[in-house]
Amino acid sequence: MYSADIIIEALLNGLLTGAIYALVALGLTLVYGVLHIINFAHGALLAAAMFAVLFVNQILGLDPYVQIPLLAVIFFGLGYGLQRLVIGPASHGRDENILLVTLGLSIIIENLLLAGFGSDTRSLNTDYSFAVFEVGPYLLGQARVFGAAGALATAALLWLFLSRSDTGKAIRAVAREKIGASLQGISVGHVYAVTFGLGCACLAVAACLLLPTFYVNPRIGSAYVLVAFTIVVLGGMGSIVGAMLGGLIIGVVESMSGLFLGESLGQIGIFLIFILALLFKPTGLFGAKA
Amino acid sequence: MRTLRPYLPVLVLGVLLALAPLFVTSNVVLNFLVFTLTVALAAQGWNLLGGFGGQFSFGHAAFFGTGAYASAIWQMQLGFDAWTGFVAGTLAGALAGLVIGFLSFRAGLRGSYFALVTLAFAEVFRVLANSSEVTGGAAGLLLPLKIGAENLQFADRATFLGFVVALVIVVLLLVQWIRGSRFGAQLVALRENEEAARALGVDVLVVKLKAICLSGAITAAAGVLYLQYFLFIDSGIAYGTWISVEVLLAAIVGGLGTVLGPVVGALALHGVGELAKSLAGGLPGIDLAVYGAVLVVAVAFLPGGLVGIVRRRDRPRPVRDAAPVEGEA
Repeated sequence: MYSADIIIEALLNGLLTGAIYALVALGLTLVYGVLHIINFAHGALLAAAMFAVLFVNQILGLDPYVQIPLLAVIFFGLGYGLQRLVIGPASHGRDENILLVTLGLSIIIENLLLAGFGSDTRSLNTDYSFAVFEVGPYLLGQARVFGAAGALATAALLWLFLSRSDTGKAIRAVAREKIGASLQGISVGHVYAVTFGLGCACLAVAACLLLPTFYVNPRIGSAYVLVAFTIVVLGGMGSIVGAMLGGLIIGVVESMSGLFLGESLGQIGIFLIFILALLFKPTGLFGAKA
Repeated sequence: MRTLRPYLPVLVLGVLLALAPLFVTSNVVLNFLVFTLTVALAAQGWNLLGGFGGQFSFGHAAFFGTGAYASAIWQMQLGFDAWTGFVAGTLAGALAGLVIGFLSFRAGLRGSYFALVTLAFAEVFRVLANSSEVTGGAAGLLLPLKIGAENLQFADRATFLGFVVALVIVVLLLVQWIRGSRFGAQLVALRENEEAARALGVDVLVVKLKAICLSGAITAAAGVLYLQYFLFIDSGIAYGTWISVEVLLAAIVGGLGTVLGPVVGALALHGVGELAKSLAGGLPGIDLAVYGAVLVVAVAFLPGGLVGIVRRRDRPRPVRDAAPVEGEA
């Protein structure tokens, strides 16, 4: 049995990681809530964003945190274009088709990353990558603390944007009542693409926050996509508060099952939660309806 | 003769594939055919559930791997022979189908939710196989080399190909028969409109369970073939996402809900993949990137798949833009 200190430390680190996971899931749940589609390419796009951070760091020497505005804008544009030019037209408005098209996109992105960067696992070392904050008896990785703070700040910004700005109001209108919104002169296609772009921008921020402590390889997306789906299902599809809380829960579950079940078997905790949530509570803890 | 006519295309395809070894002796081509047809067999399993029944699984690796592991454990840990291992693996796949199907269909999961839950089941199986003793853990299982027909191991690739072709043909004939049967009609009915099928007295849960058991069994049989041919499996091969993706790709590109679609799709995909690989000069992943592009293009432009191009007249009219208003269901 572990001492209480080790367990509490794992709990705290789980919460910090969970905040970043929540940001990844936030993009997914936003897209689901508005477009009612499951974006299977979410993980692959995150992997692409992480490689973009590495690339910019190598070329311009920019610190990952400094890159946040730059990458957020680039990935917003990328997401906007993807939805407008590929996903929307290719799927003919059918649910299964969207799943298949985004699966196809994820395969393309993943393998182009493989072709471009090779299969090596990479990481980005900064001054604070291995530094820790000592909080009482507990050691917390500095990058994780910064990451969690950044994730919470981004979520707050997104919430403000959705509740205060005109575009945000249009997004919420489309999410609630597509036809009614379009009768008010809102361009549904544009709002869909903006929402998808916002989802991708969340990923870009998450990538910048992840890289100082997490490694990346072209196949990493499939690991994150399942984590993100689990959070979104647990929190309730489309619920932003749910995604934040779900992220924290999953971060803790991952850290605990890693501690108690070991590195290899530990991954099972998340998948089991995912299956159980889908089977018994598909509306999630905070979702209104499935 | 009339009742046998629908089976004709399958038999012609079977003869063509069976004659292939007479014309090609290159091991590369024979390997290609064995592997591609193994995928095609697994894809036909997927197609039964996904194409005919409209239940898209993203985790058919759960069945492929269960077949492979069950047969390997049957032979190595329990000491039985390979032929009964083949049966055991296939039955294990059906059982896995029953369990996954019972849990998810009873909970009413469909559409994207069903796809995601199957994916999660496959991942759970992968993690378990990767960390448990009986499956050889991360090192996997290496089936001892014992060449001989009684061990389902053939020194000659052409003979193995013959076995694979025979199995593919048997399954295609079975699917053709199902297609014309009452069960097949019920399956298509629930794909087109589950509520209407239920209203007409179709026991939706039972039909779905039958379909996923059969589907699991067929895909598991492909897993056993993989094991017997390569004599090695580990959790990443047996339960990896690659096979889940390949089977749905082959079925969709070939033609959803058609009998020949998965075979045509698997041959076309792997052909294009090999071509892309040789053109790109060994750039890793390029064949898979092409698969992804083919999937997007197939969904966008080929609702009937490759088979649908040839037989435009009997394919169901694609329901383009027919979804009324999203989010109201």
